[in-house]
Amino acid sequence: MVRNRYRHRLTTQVSAATFINVLHATTACEVTKGSDMRRSGRTALSVLCGSAVLLTATACGGGEETSAAGGDDNTITWWHNSNNEPGRGYYEQVAAEFEEANPGVEVEVEAMAHEDMVDRLAAAFQSGDLPDVYMERGGGELADHVEAGLVRDLTQESDEAIEKLGGNVSGWQVDGQTYALPFSLGVVGFWYNTELFEQAGITEAPQTMEELYAAIEKLKAAGITPLSVGAGDKWPAAHYWYYTALRACGQDVLEDAVTSLDFTDECFVEAGEVLEELLATEPFNPGFLTTPAQEGATSASGLLATDQVAMELAGHWEPGVMQGLTDDGAGLGENTGWFAFPEIEGGEGDPAAQLGGGDAWAVSTDAPDASVDLVNYLLSDEVQTGFAENDMGLPTNPAATSAVSDPALAQLLEVRDAAPYIQLYFDTAFGQSIGGAMNDSIALMFAGEATPQEIVDATMQAAELEK
Amino acid sequence: MRRQRLEILLFVTPALALMAVFVLYPVFSAARMSLYSWQGFGPMDDFIGLENYLRVLTDEVFTDAVMHNFIIVFASIAVQLPLGLALALLLNRRIKGRGLLRTIVFVPYVLAEVIAGVVWFQLLQPRTGLLEQAVSSVGIPVPEQGFLGTPDLALTTVFVVLTWKYLGLAVLLFLAGLQGVPDELHEAAQLDGASWWQVQRRIAVPLIAPTIRTWVFLSMIGSLQLFDMVWILTGGGPANATTTMVTYLISMGTQRSNYGIAGAASVVLFLIGFAMALAYQYLVLRRDTKADA
Repeated sequence: MVRNRYRHRLTTQVSAATFINVLHATTACEVTKGSDMRRSGRTALSVLCGSAVLLTATACGGGEETSAAGGDDNTITWWHNSNNEPGRGYYEQVAAEFEEANPGVEVEVEAMAHEDMVDRLAAAFQSGDLPDVYMERGGGELADHVEAGLVRDLTQESDEAIEKLGGNVSGWQVDGQTYALPFSLGVVGFWYNTELFEQAGITEAPQTMEELYAAIEKLKAAGITPLSVGAGDKWPAAHYWYYTALRACGQDVLEDAVTSLDFTDECFVEAGEVLEELLATEPFNPGFLTTPAQEGATSASGLLATDQVAMELAGHWEPGVMQGLTDDGAGLGENTGWFAFPEIEGGEGDPAAQLGGGDAWAVSTDAPDASVDLVNYLLSDEVQTGFAENDMGLPTNPAATSAVSDPALAQLLEVRDAAPYIQLYFDTAFGQSIGGAMNDSIALMFAGEATPQEIVDATMQAAELEK
Repeated sequence: MRRQRLEILLFVTPALALMAVFVLYPVFSAARMSLYSWQGFGPMDDFIGLENYLRVLTDEVFTDAVMHNFIIVFASIAVQLPLGLALALLLNRRIKGRGLLRTIVFVPYVLAEVIAGVVWFQLLQPRTGLLEQAVSSVGIPVPEQGFLGTPDLALTTVFVVLTWKYLGLAVLLFLAGLQGVPDELHEAAQLDGASWWQVQRRIAVPLIAPTIRTWVFLSMIGSLQLFDMVWILTGGGPANATTTMVTYLISMGTQRSNYGIAGAASVVLFLIGFAMALAYQYLVLRRDTKADA
């Protein structure tokens, strides 16, 4: 279930929609090309065609039909990505219950695969024709949407729910106002294969970087590849730096950096230095620079799921992803282990702080008022409990936390709720433009082609363009 | 006369309409986008003139991408042309299993690019990939990070896959050209005592020169637009070793939401392609079109 939800937290593949656009454009051009082949103007034409195909790829990202927001005041369109059972059916049922409690209101539920939803949302943002209730990932992305006037301020209308969610909403606040309500919030950590750890003679999960290095040594000595990372998709590699920064920098420094986009504090360079130390142990799967995050058995998740490596740094989606990548649908099964990112000696950051992120329900500006009621209902004790019982994610409403049945998710929930604070993934927090530049330079460090200072510089440079 | 005009209108309109929707509009739209700082939503009102072009042209990732494109352009011509010509000459002879051989050479070209890419991606997996295992089993050392994961080898590897994929087209075109060479010429030359090699060199190849020139043109444009195979195999990595202009504009546009920069990059790509095509037209293809008129 979790698999579809969190695949491609960032749109790392060219979208199906873009492919179709390119295809369309190609066919159109072939036609023109063919018929003009014998004329002297053919060169110019076919070049025009050729380049235009490429242009279309960016220019018409939003060309598809987006019959999103109906003008009807009593019809709410709701997009979600729980495309598989039991989530899909559960949300159908929730919508029906809401309609029953609110006579005259109709909820149009559209369940779609995560990638499709991301594409259609991007197109909807471009055209301004948004669904009434949709998903926001928070941070800089949300701030941009808020600035463009696309998202409704929920601070007043959802005050009860916001109070209940407490610190969980912080990633979805802009200038103190709350624009979306997180319904699932997870943390990133090391998923590991307990059996391979045993084989290598590692009895306790590493708690400091030194212990992690020692574990890597032991695994290598036992002929086991210690770690897999999908550096081909960049963000999985970037998560390492996010975590070393989280451990090296104090909370105030990080909070300040998110708003001021100033990364001059020493600790950001230190984060890169610690990462370099880790990279020097050469812990990763062969070919990690082009390894994808989650697609297929040779992806980073696939390698962990099929006992090829001992550990992977990943989010709460990992067990679900691994289940989808194994024939028996069990993933690592009872060999699944989890430990938090180790402590850095002398780091300013709280070792219990975690890196994470999640999904929140937002209401678009032009949506009917009943949409807010729907969102409030979605965050109610009742719906969140059902959400947890169906193992659809890590619920944010404290009333629902005890209902999580999956042991791996339940463990994460404990870690999450014990964390003094949760740092939103930096790329999400800073927005795609800055986050993308940051991820690119971190991936370069994995290839040995960027220094700790260069990561800071590249990020600052991208931030400069945003100011 | 009037009727003829109507006919022209009738037959040309659909093509023009398609052209307008899928070619002219996107070109215009990207050009407009390139003058703004735009994140992909909200009003496009932050006009910044040519600043995006400055950013693109001073971005090392982009200039490297342009270089990669040109490496592929020239390598394709340098490698695929002689190889394709040799195969075409060979397959034009009456040899056993000619049909089968022709099919084998041509099949990769028919295969969908994405499917071929995924297959090669799996074949080239470090340690587990079939090709990797085959190569190392005959004693050739394989790079630690695999062929696609080593920055110095990645572009070459991509080029090898591209050659495998597109050689079929060259062979097909050259074969078609060769079959258009009249048999009498071959016979006459043979009667005059010319060897097989002399016939090919002095008669066949010069006669299919227009075909070759057209293929070079197609190959050049294709190399400038290179995207699918690179995207599947490496996504532009490792460490930007295989970026092309198009992977750059996709990652800037749809991934990083810098639509203005992506627009500028696509206009630059368009201009490079356009200039090269025009130059080729004037310098090389001119005599072919003249003969046409």
